Amino acid sequence: MVAPSLKLQDLIEEIRGAKTQAQEREVIQKECAHIRASFRDGDPVHRHRQLAKLLYVHMLGYPAHFGQMECLKLIASSRFTDKRVGYLGAMLLLDERHDAHLLITNSIKNDLSQGIQPVQGLALCTLSTMGSAEMCRDLAPEVEKLLLQPSPYVRKKAILTAVHMIRKVPELSSVFLPPCVHLLHERHHGILLGTITLITELCERSPAALRHFRKVVPQLVQILRTLVTTGYSTEHSISGVSDPFLQVQILRLLRILGRNHEESSETMNDLLAQVATNTDTSRNAGNAVLFETVLTIMDIRSAAGLRVLAVNILGRFLLNSDRNIRYVALTSLLRLVQSDHSAVQRHRPTVVDCLQETDASLSRRALELSLALVNSSNVRAMMQELQAFLESCPPDLRADCASGILLAAERFAPTKRWHIDTILHVLTTAGTHVRDDAVANLTQLIGGAQELHAYSVRRLYNALAEDISQQPLVQVAAWCIGEYGDLLLEGNCEEIEPLQVDEEEVLALLEKVLQSHMSLPATRGYALTALMKLSTRLQGDNNRIRQVVSIYRSCLDVELQQRAVEYDTLFRKYDHMRAAILEKMPLVERDGPQADEEAKESKAAAQLSEAAPAPTEPQASQLLDLLDLLDGASGDAQHPPPLDPSPGVALVYLLDLPCAPPPPAPIPDLKVFEREGVQLNLSFIRPPENPALLLITATATNSSEDDVTDFICQAAVPKSLQLQLQAPSGNTVPARGGLPITQLFRILNPNKAPLRLKLRLTYNHFHQSVQEIFEVNNLPVESWQ
Amino acid sequence: MIKFFLMVNKQGQTRLSKYYEHVDINKRTLLETEVIKSCLSRSNEQCSFIEYKDFKLIYRQYAALFIVVGVNDTENEMAIYEFIHNFVEVLDEYFSRVSELDVSFFNTVFHGTWQAHSSPYQEPIDELPKICSALEPQQACFSPDSSFKGAASTTPIY
Repeated sequence: MVAPSLKLQDLIEEIRGAKTQAQEREVIQKECAHIRASFRDGDPVHRHRQLAKLLYVHMLGYPAHFGQMECLKLIASSRFTDKRVGYLGAMLLLDERHDAHLLITNSIKNDLSQGIQPVQGLALCTLSTMGSAEMCRDLAPEVEKLLLQPSPYVRKKAILTAVHMIRKVPELSSVFLPPCVHLLHERHHGILLGTITLITELCERSPAALRHFRKVVPQLVQILRTLVTTGYSTEHSISGVSDPFLQVQILRLLRILGRNHEESSETMNDLLAQVATNTDTSRNAGNAVLFETVLTIMDIRSAAGLRVLAVNILGRFLLNSDRNIRYVALTSLLRLVQSDHSAVQRHRPTVVDCLQETDASLSRRALELSLALVNSSNVRAMMQELQAFLESCPPDLRADCASGILLAAERFAPTKRWHIDTILHVLTTAGTHVRDDAVANLTQLIGGAQELHAYSVRRLYNALAEDISQQPLVQVAAWCIGEYGDLLLEGNCEEIEPLQVDEEEVLALLEKVLQSHMSLPATRGYALTALMKLSTRLQGDNNRIRQVVSIYRSCLDVELQQRAVEYDTLFRKYDHMRAAILEKMPLVERDGPQADEEAKESKAAAQLSEAAPAPTEPQASQLLDLLDLLDGASGDAQHPPPLDPSPGVALVYLLDLPCAPPPPAPIPDLKVFEREGVQLNLSFIRPPENPALLLITATATNSSEDDVTDFICQAAVPKSLQLQLQAPSGNTVPARGGLPITQLFRILNPNKAPLRLKLRLTYNHFHQSVQEIFEVNNLPVESWQ
Repeated sequence: MIKFFLMVNKQGQTRLSKYYEHVDINKRTLLETEVIKSCLSRSNEQCSFIEYKDFKLIYRQYAALFIVVGVNDTENEMAIYEFIHNFVEVLDEYFSRVSELDVSFFNTVFHGTWQAHSSPYQEPIDELPKICSALEPQQACFSPDSSFKGAASTTPIY
């Protein structure tokens, strides 16, 4: 015996009476079991009640899929109450993914043609909520018929169903396009609103429809004008504005029709001005209409006066005390800032004030807008504001703010020193939130600003001494101290107050960074390298440094261990090379957003790595590691594949040849080195059949009295080129013009990047071992173009 | 386009929910809790529009009940804000001073009203007098069994 089933209200009371989540679940599960049993038994009388309960339970988040077939049965029933709950259930439970939904197509068809308005209304609602593409195609003719019915109730719903159908099946627009113009003549606001939505959908989907509907612009203008100028009407007025929803919808349609179309835009100009001035803005409804008007003005080809009016309205919105209005004003100004930059600039102070808002949405918008407003004239003032904001802003905005400031500083920095200061400030305040390449950019910037080396290294030293937790800052500071340590110790710098820094202090600081548990492995690498570099820069003895380096030889981090071992070997076996290897880095060339380095002193590192016990090749760390550009003396190791060429590099000049290409002009030879009678000449050949290839023959001659022995020539080129060294003809040049040594370099330059060549020569001459490293200047342009 | 419409109370219990795009049922509860959390964390001073994932939330608080509408970015936020208020006014007329209790108990009525009110977001004000006028004659038609479901959606019932 089944207990009489609960009414929905009773069920709800029971659920509300449940004190805990578990109790509630129990009640619901018990009830669902009842419902399931009832469905199985097929009780027609109470079916709608069971389904209603099921829908309620579904809303609370419990599974209710077993009710789907019941919806179908209820829809097919003849009682209105059944149909109502059935259709509601269909809307909530059925959707396109379940095949069952197609089964209601027939029921809907029947209901639509029967002519009972409420039933038709229900069917149309359901169709417009969950109609799938097949259903829409099947039922389109029915809906079209209903569009022309006299009763506005059904017509409204039919129009909205048509909107849904067009969204699902765009081909149906041909069916629904003809009635639209006719429907626009209706007086009933509901129908008008529906029609305008329908026209909007049609226009958005097909340009043909767009052209077709441009004809109705005058009519729309008339409708809107009537709305704006009529006085108070009980039926349609919301806080003094006559049907704001219809007004907003018409404005939106006008926007779509007027976009990029002079004629329509002109027709609308007067009307928009009228709406903008007549609307009562004391209540939200009026502001909503005004907002839509402003959006429309911005989007169409409006007159200049109108645009100014729009910006002024937005400015007024910004000063409004209601936050909603300020929010929409900031959003629209952001859209405007590209096209009407100067107009928006006038409101810059207000925008900057909005940065102080406690509201997260507002401050985010204000931040974006402020960043967009920075230009070369206001950059200093804006940066100050933005930096103040950075210090106090909520954490989720920090990353955006930091990167925004850095980008803006990059574009508009008035002086290098200001730029460095700004970046430094950002790093100290929000160091953990900056992008990875900020470190690269800063080091590159400092490296390039020669006159500011002393200044930067001092400031960085001070910042580091205060706080070693911000990793990007620590990395940059370590690098700087390593590179310019000598400047730091000199003690005189006119730009900030003189600071006496002791060698021991510097070393202690770097050691602290190395040992701190807050330092990332990369940071430790920076610190270790910096220590090594200081060994050449500082006057004192290097025992402390050597100690630290040898401690890290057994560090657990492989990267660090390898470096330490290499540096240690440098101290022990290759001390004579240490100064050369650790000298100041040449300026890194910027390759767009990814800073690439082309450090050329790595050839020695390659040699070292053969000698050192660690077998693996040094991995390129983020940045400043000694990159392997070239193999050692053997000349057969493969190079890393050439990277994409940096943007802005020399254009490929296409030869405009009339017919046969002229024979390539011979490139003159170049003498690149001369010392005590030993000369090195380069001759260039560009084979015509392979334009990317350049063959250089290096010839070493000796006109002195002594032989040159153990002659080794090594070369390095930028990373975008490929270099192959062939074996030299020998390694001895006899005295007094003896047989020269020749060596062939093959350079592949497919991207026609500018050729740079650095050569390193080692040989014995006059019982001395000579080593020269130099870059070849004056390379002829034809060698790489 | 409206993505969903929720009425949630301060404790996080959903009183009414309508989704216009399919969302899995377990994701729904998650969505609702997250949405109510973000709405609750805002004070009176802050604006009613929140950016949440890839759509915007427009919410309004009426006593202990939050009405939240999720829209994509083609919508005019302030019009939706006004619209929420309009909907509440309709309900107020119908239930004569509607309260959260009414929402819980007369769930399907709310569905019906919302459906007529919005599908999809149209048909506002002129329904108001119609709803009210439709109701009086119908009270007599109630059978004791059908409880509140005899009450009008927004149509006169035969």
